[in-house]
Amino acid sequence: MRAFIIRRFFTSLLALSVATMVIFGASRLLGDPRHNLLPQQGYGFNEVEWKKAGDKLHLNDPIPIQYAYWVYDVVRGDFGQDLIDRHRINKKIVPRLWPTAMLAGFSWLLATLIGIPLGILSAVKRNTIWDLMGRIVAMLGYSLPTFWVGILLILIFAVWLRWLPAATMGTGGGFPLRHIILPAITLGWVAMAGYVRLVRSSMLEIMDSEYIKLARAKGVSENVVIWKHGFRNAAIAPLTYGGLLLAGLITGSVAAETVFAWPGIARWAVEAIWTNNLPVLVATTLVFTVAYIVLNFLVDILYVFVNPRVRY
Amino acid sequence: MASFSFVISPHDPLDHNLRSRNIPPMFQEGGSSKHILGTDPIGRDLLSRLIHGSRISMTVALISLVVGTLVGASLGLIAGYFGGYIDEVITRIVDIWAGLPYILIAMIIVGAIGASLPTMVVLMALIAWSPFVRLVRGDVLVLKELEYISAAKIAGASNLRILSYHLLPGTINTIIVVATFSVGQMILVEAFLSFLGAGIPPPTPAWGSMIADGRQYMRQAWWVSVIPGIAIFLVTASLSLLGDWLRDYFDPKLRQRAWE
Repeated sequence: MRAFIIRRFFTSLLALSVATMVIFGASRLLGDPRHNLLPQQGYGFNEVEWKKAGDKLHLNDPIPIQYAYWVYDVVRGDFGQDLIDRHRINKKIVPRLWPTAMLAGFSWLLATLIGIPLGILSAVKRNTIWDLMGRIVAMLGYSLPTFWVGILLILIFAVWLRWLPAATMGTGGGFPLRHIILPAITLGWVAMAGYVRLVRSSMLEIMDSEYIKLARAKGVSENVVIWKHGFRNAAIAPLTYGGLLLAGLITGSVAAETVFAWPGIARWAVEAIWTNNLPVLVATTLVFTVAYIVLNFLVDILYVFVNPRVRY
Repeated sequence: MASFSFVISPHDPLDHNLRSRNIPPMFQEGGSSKHILGTDPIGRDLLSRLIHGSRISMTVALISLVVGTLVGASLGLIAGYFGGYIDEVITRIVDIWAGLPYILIAMIIVGAIGASLPTMVVLMALIAWSPFVRLVRGDVLVLKELEYISAAKIAGASNLRILSYHLLPGTINTIIVVATFSVGQMILVEAFLSFLGAGIPPPTPAWGSMIADGRQYMRQAWWVSVIPGIAIFLVTASLSLLGDWLRDYFDPKLRQRAWE
């Protein structure tokens, strides 16, 4: 067990390093950062300023050295300046992290609370309305583009019916339930679809297995049979699915936050791309990647505890 | 069961006769017969744009899928067959690759290089290959234990021959199924990228950017955003159903008889 954890830790570390290199490389690809940082003078840049900035940013050193400097800065928490308003980025990250986490968490909760029971019902009551609903939900979740779902929901519930607010987190104190519902459905649908499918097929498989037949032959009531095994699957499913789910949530929140103008990290990243705001872009991508790797690591560890049959 | 594998494609094969009309007149109600699906904010006929856009989406999706399949399946075969160190390395790479937020990286790259058809294809091929590696490798791990492989080895067949002649046919089923599902995913990803502005540049219609165009006018002209989305959904859903059907067809005894 412990060996597994240690091995997993080092793999994660490796993944993290590679990811940072890719991100760094991509950011350097966007061109010389001095273009964005220095004020232009007439037909070009001031030579002296150019060189000074170059030295300060270590741009004259070979790439690996630049990478090292960058990593050093990042580890100390220095992400540089937001190009739009010249504020330090590290201060701006946390206030934006919270909305994203909240949305992702709530969406996941929604997906779990609706998806898993629906999957169980769909398996248990095959070829009934529940089964149909479950499969339709799953198919829709798989084929509808997330951002479009968001737009559609806004159209129906905010523009036509006027039941729910169309965007942002709102300014009221406390938990913004009315504001979070639509984005959460948008984001959570894909996850929900995944759960329904997964739980449904696991349940079907289990229910036809030998020990179920034995239980029924022994005279155990149907309900006990279903719920005992339903819950067991319900616990394993989110974990098995965990890594994929996280990746999906990250991509999904880019979509959901953009459509709903949700003030989170994902939207900040997209805006940074539109406005060529390189330091912000690098910082947000980094945050996402780190979060993904760390959470994945935790999920893997958890999974081994939950499912002792797994051996690595 | 999923025997109704209809492949609806708004793509009109007589496309060459239909020209996108970039006329600037005002937009009309979705009920006019001259513009069956209405027009977009600057007057272009929606149906034509939809059809032309489908060409783009399909082209990008298919080419990147083919590339992704070739690379992914080959890596999967190699990893599964040779095992050991090579397997470890390949699997690690795939895992790490899957951990990167590719949307953001794709956007960075598009920001740097500029969007164009080849760029998009390469980017999306990079996303497509991972599932292939994992699943093909899984198949190979099972297949290589079968006796006919050992027989071939004893008979002196070269590794290349074993891989291509014996193992590959065994994995073809999986490859086809994954490929079918992946085309749908590719279309969704391409739509997302063009929605965010990182896809093929403006005058060329792409479903994602059509949806983005319509956002401002949702109150007055909802159809501009909604209709391309329906198109995307129809294509992806039919591909997904096709994939399900194929999977069942290839192995009716499959553990995933969930879909019967």
